[in-house]
Amino acid sequence: MNRRDYLLRKIFFSLVTLAIVVVLNFVLFRVLPGDPVRAVIGRNVRISADTQQALREQFGLDRPVFPDQFLTALGQWARGNLGVSWSLRKPVGEVLVTKLGNTLLLIGLGQLLSIILGVALGLLAGWKRKTAVDVGALTFSLIAWAIPTFWLGIILLAAGSTWLGLPTGGIVSPSNVGKPLYTVLPDVTHHLILPTLTLTILYMGEYMLIMRSSIMEVLGEDYILTAKAKGMSHWQVLRKHALKNAMLPIVTLIAINLGFTVSGAIYVETVFSYDGLGKMFQTALVKQDYPLLQGAFLLLAVSVILANMLADILYTYLDPRVKAS
Amino acid sequence: MNPRWTLLKRNLLDFWKTFRRNRMGLAGAFLVLTAVLAAVFAPLLSPYTPTETMRDAEGRALTFAPPSVHAPLGTDDAGRDVWTQLVYGARISLTVGFLAGFIAMFIGSLFGITAGYFGGWVDNLLMRITDVLLVIPDLPLILVLVATVRQLELKVSPLVILILVIGLLYWTSTARLIRSQVLTIKERQYVYRARAIGAGNWHIVRKHILPQIMPLIVANTVLILSTAILIESGLAFLGLGDPTQPSWGTMLNFAFDRNAVSNGAWWFYLPPGLAIIWATLGCVLLGNVLEEMLNPRLASHHLEGEQRIATQP
Amino acid sequence: MTSTRPLLSVRNLGTEFVTTDGTVARALEDVSFDVHPGQTVGLVGESGCGKTTTLLSIMRLLPVTARITSGQVIVAGTDLLSLSEIEMRRYRWKELAIVFQGAMNALNPVMTVGEQIREAIILHDLMDKSHATRRVDELLDMVGIAVSRRDQYPHEYSGGMRQRAMIAMALACQPSLLFADEPTTALDVMVQAQILELLQKIQKLLGLAVVLVTHDLGVVAEVCDSVVVMYGGKVAENGPVDEVYNAPRHPYTQRLLEAFPDLNRPAGSLAVIPGTPPRLNALPPGCRFAPRCHVAFDRCHIEAPAETGLGGGHTAACHLFEKTEAAR
Repeated sequence: MNRRDYLLRKIFFSLVTLAIVVVLNFVLFRVLPGDPVRAVIGRNVRISADTQQALREQFGLDRPVFPDQFLTALGQWARGNLGVSWSLRKPVGEVLVTKLGNTLLLIGLGQLLSIILGVALGLLAGWKRKTAVDVGALTFSLIAWAIPTFWLGIILLAAGSTWLGLPTGGIVSPSNVGKPLYTVLPDVTHHLILPTLTLTILYMGEYMLIMRSSIMEVLGEDYILTAKAKGMSHWQVLRKHALKNAMLPIVTLIAINLGFTVSGAIYVETVFSYDGLGKMFQTALVKQDYPLLQGAFLLLAVSVILANMLADILYTYLDPRVKAS
Repeated sequence: MNPRWTLLKRNLLDFWKTFRRNRMGLAGAFLVLTAVLAAVFAPLLSPYTPTETMRDAEGRALTFAPPSVHAPLGTDDAGRDVWTQLVYGARISLTVGFLAGFIAMFIGSLFGITAGYFGGWVDNLLMRITDVLLVIPDLPLILVLVATVRQLELKVSPLVILILVIGLLYWTSTARLIRSQVLTIKERQYVYRARAIGAGNWHIVRKHILPQIMPLIVANTVLILSTAILIESGLAFLGLGDPTQPSWGTMLNFAFDRNAVSNGAWWFYLPPGLAIIWATLGCVLLGNVLEEMLNPRLASHHLEGEQRIATQP
Repeated sequence: MTSTRPLLSVRNLGTEFVTTDGTVARALEDVSFDVHPGQTVGLVGESGCGKTTTLLSIMRLLPVTARITSGQVIVAGTDLLSLSEIEMRRYRWKELAIVFQGAMNALNPVMTVGEQIREAIILHDLMDKSHATRRVDELLDMVGIAVSRRDQYPHEYSGGMRQRAMIAMALACQPSLLFADEPTTALDVMVQAQILELLQKIQKLLGLAVVLVTHDLGVVAEVCDSVVVMYGGKVAENGPVDEVYNAPRHPYTQRLLEAFPDLNRPAGSLAVIPGTPPRLNALPPGCRFAPRCHVAFDRCHIEAPAETGLGGGHTAACHLFEKTEAAR
C-alpha cells in the first residue's frame, strides 16, 4: 500500500468518526430526552400546553424522528444553524464563534510552550540517562501527571493573585470588556499568564516523557553507532541523526493531545473564569442549556477530529517509511 | 493441583524479592496502602462526622477556621471539619475510582483478547471502535453523556452514573495493550499445538492466554485506577458528583464555589488536591514498576558516556 | 612474514563488560595480531567468542558498560588507546572504517543514502558539497549501485544493495583499513558471492587492508591471506590461511575445520564439538577450551597457555606446543 492509499484510509476514517459524532449528538439531544420540546427550549421555562404544541409543530418535532427530524437537523447543522441558546437568548453559533478565538489563543499558547519545554527537557533527560537531569525530569513528569488540572489552576490562582498580584480571572479587566482583543494586548497577556502556565506545566510532563523514551530508543539503534563510527561527536550525532527520528512520535502525540487539551481548557477556563468555549461549556452544563451544550459539543468534537486528520496527513509526509498501516 | 500451587508460590516469591528492591514500587505501594487504610478506618481517624458543624463557645458556626488543635485542617465554609471530610472523602474517591477502573479493565481485556485472538474483521472492527473513541475529546463527551443521563431522571445515585460513564470510556489503552500481547502469544508453539489436538477456543484462551496476560492486566489496571481517580475528581469538581457523599473532588467544588480562595482558606482547597495526588501518584508508581518488571527496557544506548579505558590515567 | 611495517598492530588487548548486577565478564583477553597494508585478515570463531568486541574495541565504539583494561592498538606509530575521544574521532573513518553486520538498521531510515555518504565526506573536510556529491556518485558506481538511486531512502534498497551502500560509505574517506563485521551473514548465497567479489575488487583497486569477521570458514579460505582463530575471548591460532587450513595445530582449529562440511566428501557425517563455549563471567581456570578439548591433559585445566610461535608467522596458544618445545 502506498502513501496515497494510506492517506485515503485515514481520511475515510475521520469522515466515519465525524458521522458517528453527528449521529451521537442527534441521539443524545433529540432522541433520548423524554420531551424534545423541553430539550430545545430548556426545562425551566414555563409555557402553556398550546404553546408547546405550536412549538412542536414549528420545530418539526411532531414528525417522525428518523429520517425526517434527523435530516432536518443535519441540514441545519451544515448551514451553521445550531439552535438558539435559551439562557443567553442568542443563536448558538454566534455565541460559540466569539468564544472560540479566546480558547484557541489559550490552548495554542499553552501547547506551544509545553512542547518546546517538554521536548527540550526530554531530549536532555534521554541523552543524559540516569544523571540528575534525567531523574529530576522523570520525577517532575510523574508528579505533574498526577496533579488534577483544575486543582493546579486553583493553587496557581491563589498563589499568583496573592503574591504576584496577577488577575484572578477573566480574559481582560472589567474596564476592557467588549473591546477587540488586539487593542488591549498587554491586559490580555497579563490575564493569560496563570492559565497558560497551568496548561504548560501539566502537558510539559507528557512531552518530556515521550521525547525521552523516543530518544532513548533511537539512540540504541544501529545507525547511531554507524554515525559515531564515522567520527561524529555526540552532539553532532544527536542533531543530525537522532533528532528527526525521535521527533516523529511527538507529532503523533500532539495529535492525540488535541482532544485532551480541550478537556484541560474546560477546567482551566472554569477556574480562571476565562471567557472561552471551555467555560461556556461548563456554564451550559450547570444551567442545563441543552442547545448550547449540544452545539458546543458538536463544534469541539468536529474540530478535534479534523485537527487529528490534518496531523495524520502531516505525519505521512514527515516519515518516508510510511507505506502500509 | 499441587505442583501448580508450588510453582505459583515460587513465582510470587521471586516477584516479591525483585519488587522489594525497587524503591519506586515500594513508595507507590505505600501511598496506595495508606490511602486505602485511611478510607477504611475513617471513623477511627476522626472523632467527628463529615456533616457535623463545629461551634464555638457561643454556639456560632466556626466557618473557615484555620487549623487548630481541635481541627488539624481547619473547617470549611459551614464549619465542618476538613480532616474528617478528607478521610471520609477517601472512601468515595477511591471506591468510584476502583469500580470505574475495574469496569474499564474488564471491557478493555474483553475487547483486547477478542480482537487479538480472532483477528480478521473482528479485530478490525473492534480496533476502529477503539480509535473512534480515542479521537473524540473525552471530557466534553463525558459531560454531555452525564447531562443527558441526568435528564432522564433515573433514580440512581450520581456516583453510579459516574462510575459507569468513566468505566465505559477509559478502556481503550487496556484494549490495545492486551491485544498486542495476545497477538504475540497466539503465534507461539503451544497454542498451535493445542489447536492441533483439537482444543476449543475457550479452552485455549482460558488455559494458555489468560495466565500469560494476567500480570500485564494487573499492572495496567493499577495505571487505569490512577486515571479513574483523576477523572472522578475532575467531574466532581465540575459538580457532577454527589453532594451528599462528597469525594475529594466534590470538596474542591465546594471550596471553589464557596470562595475558599478569596477567603484565604488554604486548608480547605490544598489538602483534597494533595490527597488526589497522593492516591494517583501511588497508583502510577506502582503500576509503572509492575509494568517495568514485565517489560525490561534497554540496558544502555550508544551515546551514553565516554569509553572507559583502563590503560589511560 | 612480510618485511613491511604493520598497518595495524593489536597488542595484548583486554576488554571486559560490567553487567547490571555487578558481575564482570572478561570479553577479550590478551588478543594480539597484526594487519599489513593490502592484506586481508580473517577473524573467525563461534558466536560470542569476541570477534565483534575486538573490532569495537579497536575503534573504541564499545557501549558504556564496557571497559578496555589493557593493551595497545598501534596505527601509524600511535597507540589509539592513549588518545582522547576527540583525537580518536579523527582516526575514525579516515584511517579505519567499519561495515556493520546486518545493514538493515545501520542506515538512518529518514535520510537518503546519498546524503549519508556525503555526510562522511564533508565531516572530515575532504571537499565541498558539490565535489562531495560527485564523489558519492563515484562511490556508488564503484560498488555497483545505479547513481540514479542516490536520493532514495534505505528502505527502497534491497538487503544486498544496503550492504553495498554501507561499503561505499565506508570507503568515502579513503581509509587504509576496512573492518567488515559479518558482511554476508544476513544475505542469501548469491548475494553473498557478489559482496565478496566486490570486496576483493575494491581491495585490489584501492590497496585496502581488510579485516573480515565471520564464522564462515569457507569465506575465509576464499578471500583471506591470514586468519586469526578466536575462542572464548582469546586468540587460539593465528597464521597464513593456507598453513592454518592445511595443517591446523590448535585442537580447536582442528575440530572447527572438521566440523565444516566438505564438498569433496558429502557423504561423511558432520563432526560436532561437544559442549558449549564458556560463559564469559564464569570462565574455567586454565585454558578456556580445555573442557571441550579432545587432547586436554592436567596442565590445561590449571594454567592458561601462552601463544607459541610455530614458525612462519604461525602461532597457536596451546600447551601441546610448549611441551614439544620443552621436550626438544
